Amino acid sequence: MSELETFRAEARAWLEENCPPEMRTPVKGDEDVCWGGRNFKFQSEAQKLWMERCAAKGYTVPDWPKAYGGAGLSPQEAKVLRQEMAKLGCRSPLNSFGIWMLGPALLQFGTEEQKVHYLNQIARGEIRWCQGYSEPGSGSDLVSMQTYGEDKGDHWVVNGQKIWTSYADQADWIFCLVRTDKTNKYQGISFLLFDMETPGVSTKPIKLISGNSPFCETFFDNVVVPKHQIVGELNRGWDVAKYLLGHEREMISGMGGDGGVTSIGAAMKAVLAEEPVLRAQMALFDVDNLTFRAHGERFMDEWKTGKAHPAYSNLMKYVGTELNKKRNELVMSIGGSQALEWESERSNGGSKARNWLRTKANSIEGGTSEVMLNVVSKRILEMPGA
Amino acid sequence: MAMTLNDDQTMLRDSARDFMASEAPVTHFRKFRDMGCKDGFSHDLWKQFAEMGFTGILIPEADGGMGMGHIEAGIVLEEIGRNLSPSPFLSTSVAAVEALKLADKGMRERWFPGILAGETVIGLAIDEGVKHRPEKIACKAERSGNGFKLSGHKQFVLQGTSSDMLIVAARTAGAAGETDGLTLFAVEKGAAGMSMEAARLVDSAMAAHVTLDGIQVDADAVIGEVDGGWSVLGKLLDAGRVGAAAEMVGVGSGAMDMTFEYLKTRKQFDRVIGEFQALQHRAAHLYGEMEGARSIVLKAQSLMDDGHAKAELYVAAAKAKAGLACNLAVREGVQMHGGIGMTDEYDIGLYMKRDRSLNEFFGDAYYHADRVATMNGY
Repeated sequence: MSELETFRAEARAWLEENCPPEMRTPVKGDEDVCWGGRNFKFQSEAQKLWMERCAAKGYTVPDWPKAYGGAGLSPQEAKVLRQEMAKLGCRSPLNSFGIWMLGPALLQFGTEEQKVHYLNQIARGEIRWCQGYSEPGSGSDLVSMQTYGEDKGDHWVVNGQKIWTSYADQADWIFCLVRTDKTNKYQGISFLLFDMETPGVSTKPIKLISGNSPFCETFFDNVVVPKHQIVGELNRGWDVAKYLLGHEREMISGMGGDGGVTSIGAAMKAVLAEEPVLRAQMALFDVDNLTFRAHGERFMDEWKTGKAHPAYSNLMKYVGTELNKKRNELVMSIGGSQALEWESERSNGGSKARNWLRTKANSIEGGTSEVMLNVVSKRILEMPGA
Repeated sequence: MAMTLNDDQTMLRDSARDFMASEAPVTHFRKFRDMGCKDGFSHDLWKQFAEMGFTGILIPEADGGMGMGHIEAGIVLEEIGRNLSPSPFLSTSVAAVEALKLADKGMRERWFPGILAGETVIGLAIDEGVKHRPEKIACKAERSGNGFKLSGHKQFVLQGTSSDMLIVAARTAGAAGETDGLTLFAVEKGAAGMSMEAARLVDSAMAAHVTLDGIQVDADAVIGEVDGGWSVLGKLLDAGRVGAAAEMVGVGSGAMDMTFEYLKTRKQFDRVIGEFQALQHRAAHLYGEMEGARSIVLKAQSLMDDGHAKAELYVAAAKAKAGLACNLAVREGVQMHGGIGMTDEYDIGLYMKRDRSLNEFFGDAYYHADRVATMNGY
């Protein structure tokens, strides 16, 4: 047996022994997702146990080094672990912007002290992070942001406002883009970390068309941030932000496959049999869905071996989010009038309609589809012009 | 397997790319088109394919071939597609070889040496109507003497009149619509009772209508098992489908690259037209579609090489996706080229014609999307 197959057998045995049965059922809604953090209320003992066991094993962040709370797995081993988790239907033990976004940025730009401190907290699910990027006047044109940190010697005093801060009202800490030099647009931004309980930080949830409020407005009123809480160099926060946006796009691009390669068509067979045009749309969607899975697999294999174009995640973000929107349009069409129900138990609290509406943000957040196409066109295809 | 080409495959790609670009570029295709070539391809080029080792790429090493897989065959096909190189490669070296690999030793020894030498051409007599519906094959094979007597009609037999042998799918039992009862036969050129009418297609390839009027074949003409031809045919078709999909990745990429180059050089309104965002977004979208097609084709080839149970599903999806993406590439190509794209002198229109034929060959995108739906349980 090859080393990888030995690892597969071990990983499977560990999962079978340690993943509670309740954690092997499909995630129905956000309440089933474990986000961790100081204020997180576990939905069940099983959810808590599963997170803690994974954290102890390094499996909340399998491919991070052991010194930072990971299991030090190679990309191939991490892939095998994902495959085995998928086979058993194991839920993700811990979802976190710390894992998906801040972690990779710290691994790339953080000091050793920062890595040991923050990454271990993230891996153990102790601190829940949110991201402070967009501002009311700075959406697609992010670099025009104005939130300002005034230099006060050993600290900055931050004033301004962020918007679309995911779960800011539930987060413990924020990683935030703050202007530290008003005279330089790109090289005048720093990447700061601070506690959301710092005096002067306040949040206000934004109610969306889905009726839910996953995003907040976040206000900073004379917030004191010590100088050692900067990631990377002073005024070079844009480099960190760009690197991190790549990861965000990678993450969002994965959303095309909530259902993975399993077709949603089979369960809807009766409806589709009576509506040949809808069935045809579903069939073409399945072709695109299988394509996107294969595309993602190829992208990851090329990314990890350094063969992918650095701007390629923009393409995946565009394709994946557009696909997810299409998928949810089909879910609504197939669901018919029942999918329109907003509150009933029958409709699981309007989950189809709410998910459908939520997905409309996929092609806006983290860079709109139009911005993605601009980037692909200019950086990958090398089209001329500004 | 990782979804990237390994070192050997990269070397093969480089040599196939150099070879097609120098020996069989679009000018080569034009030459044979303009002379009204009755075969639609160059026999000399076919021999050169053999010298490169391409013709035996799927033939097992024990039978004298390269013993490679569908990824490698696809690498050659992509370069064929990119250069519109006319050849019997897809029908003979990919689809027919895939079936002959399952034949007995005598049959393999009869045909593999000629294929390896670039001398033999094999035609596929599968389709009977204007659309690809292999499950509806009605062509009859009745027991007669030491073998069978074949009667019926076949069409879209590419290079049929140039073929030394036709693989004929016929019914030894059952009725049209049933998968049991099919048998594949190797019918040699000039068999009594076989007549052909060659038709030139929109892409200048030659396809034959074949009439089988009581052709007598021996029992040893059977490829695989009598009545059990569906599984052999399935292998042949899937090899052809994933191969056609790979060729379309080449056709689409060729058209796309040519178009992007044009966007970077053509000036209107005192600007290079590639500066216009309306065109940039369409270009980027097209690139994404082609990248998706390339990915699923590679996935399907890899699953076929592994003998994976999901191979059939992925091959169907790959043929569908490559067809849709390549079709988008040639349509956008002609449109973005503007008036010059409508001229015979410019190459982009040739890509549009080739795409149309390849989309139809072995079943179009809609046929395969329908199969994806069926295989997915609805």
